[in-house]
Amino acid sequence: MTTLVEAPAASERTTVNRPPSRRTDPNHRRAPRWMIYTPLALYLLFTLVPFYWILLFSLRPAGSTSVIPWPITFEHYKTVWDGAGFAVFFKNSVVIALFTLFGTTILSLLGGYALARFRFRGRGAFMVMTLCTQFIPGAMMLIPLFDIFRTIGLINTPWSIVVADTVFGLPLSLIMMAGFIRNIPIELEEASWVDGCGRLRGFLTVVLPLLRPGMVAISSFAFIGSWNNFLFALMFLNDQDQFTIPVGLSYMLGEYSVDFGALAAGGVVAVVPVVLVFAYVQKFLVQGLSAGAVKG
Amino acid sequence: MAVLQADPAPPVEAVRRRPRERWTPYALLAPTLVLVAVFLLYPIGSVVYYSLFKYNVTKPRSNGFIGLENYQNMLSDQLFWDSLRFTTQWVVVEVGLQLVLGLGLALVINETFVGRSLARSLVFSPWAVAGVLTTTIWLLIYSPTTGFSRYLADIGIGSYGESPLIDSTSAFWAAVLAELWRGVPFFAILLLADLQTISQDLYEAAEVDGAGRMQRFWSVTLPHLRNAIVLSTLLRAVWEFNNVDLLYTLTGGGPGNSTMTLPLYVARMAVDAKEFGYGSALTVSAFLILAIFSIAYLKLSRVGREGQS
Repeated sequence: MTTLVEAPAASERTTVNRPPSRRTDPNHRRAPRWMIYTPLALYLLFTLVPFYWILLFSLRPAGSTSVIPWPITFEHYKTVWDGAGFAVFFKNSVVIALFTLFGTTILSLLGGYALARFRFRGRGAFMVMTLCTQFIPGAMMLIPLFDIFRTIGLINTPWSIVVADTVFGLPLSLIMMAGFIRNIPIELEEASWVDGCGRLRGFLTVVLPLLRPGMVAISSFAFIGSWNNFLFALMFLNDQDQFTIPVGLSYMLGEYSVDFGALAAGGVVAVVPVVLVFAYVQKFLVQGLSAGAVKG
Repeated sequence: MAVLQADPAPPVEAVRRRPRERWTPYALLAPTLVLVAVFLLYPIGSVVYYSLFKYNVTKPRSNGFIGLENYQNMLSDQLFWDSLRFTTQWVVVEVGLQLVLGLGLALVINETFVGRSLARSLVFSPWAVAGVLTTTIWLLIYSPTTGFSRYLADIGIGSYGESPLIDSTSAFWAAVLAELWRGVPFFAILLLADLQTISQDLYEAAEVDGAGRMQRFWSVTLPHLRNAIVLSTLLRAVWEFNNVDLLYTLTGGGPGNSTMTLPLYVARMAVDAKEFGYGSALTVSAFLILAIFSIAYLKLSRVGREGQS
């Protein structure tokens, strides 16, 4: 009798404790295979054919109509890199994106910690203001920002782009960082205070190492956002030796007779860094957003 | 979704404030506050101010205060009204299609199957691609010399030398397709993140009650995703409204201004015409339209929820 009662109770307990993940779920409801693979294949085709097309044009000789890049040539890469100035654009883009990355990460660490660990007057107002900034269109800030940067002498320098990119990306990064910090139990920090650490040392030795996934995600977004920014760079940079890759590309697009092979090679140069960074962080992205949803 | 939801203040017991820390949070936020004030809040104020001036950087002599003249000109500017109509069309079509495709994609890649993580990386990847780059890629596809049209003509579909960017209707759909390519992953990522928080017990309960696949979708999945859908469509609508990069480089607002959005009109005023005064008046109107739209959207979606429960 007792065994009969206990058996279902035990199985019930395992059901409750099972993590809500389908991968470990032994009896999940599988959709029929065709319902997954057919739409997935179609969508992959839509996603990948454009990537293939630009790669194809960058690698096959001018005038060829072959649909595979054979015979292969790297002539177009040489043309954009040396001839069209992409070596300089690439360097400018990297410098701007890295400074934006550091600025955004450090400022969102500071601010995120304040939002996650302190109650203070004005906190609610600050959150509302931060969310409101998400509605400010970049295109609409071109005119006043141009004036400000001209006044303080940053026009036609990479610093104007670094500042503008950082300010526009910061609100979202700050809120995300606060979420990541909130997920780290405060008891860990308190234990370090008991051991004689101050706030700063406790933060550096206990919180920071646990914050790595969040920092990777936030700094990657800052990098991608800055790398892709076009309008600010178009408006604030005038000399060709200051241009970033998107601006360089846009001038190639605007030329009367476009050299498509070189254009494609320029596009590949521009796309490879962000797609690599993104492939690395996309799992943090989905995890981070899910974790936030559970908490929120 | 933490980003999208009102965020809770830390609980009192988690704070345990120590003496002399009263000013710490302000000190930590100070750099951000200064940057936001100087480069976001002040510019917003100055846009309103400039909108009352004739202000052209290249013609400093005729600049000066003109009151509401920019706004009067705007109301009789046919291109302003046309761009407003096109912006609405652009936002509705883009957000609608991105939501439907993104939801479908999220449901598919939420299933367990061989090669899932590779598939995820691949289908998400266009999200990281810049607007100018999207233009570069799709221009190669649309151009009559490099695009698909000549291969289609080879097998007898269409004729040589055709480009979808020449005609205003096909230019619209060409731009929509290119932006979809880049925009669907946004919805797929956000909705996938939310799908993963649905408790399996709900599906089990629904199954015990005899609910089929479609019924489980309508009665469990969709209600759970409701908040995520409301907020992601709002964010995306604002984003697509403000999206300038792709149209600026792909169609430039053409042919014949048929694909000119309001922010694109502003950008052209700022970058090409240097008409900062009139551009600022257009900016103020776009701000107001966005603000009214956002408030109305949030209000309406809340009313809908109360009606349901």
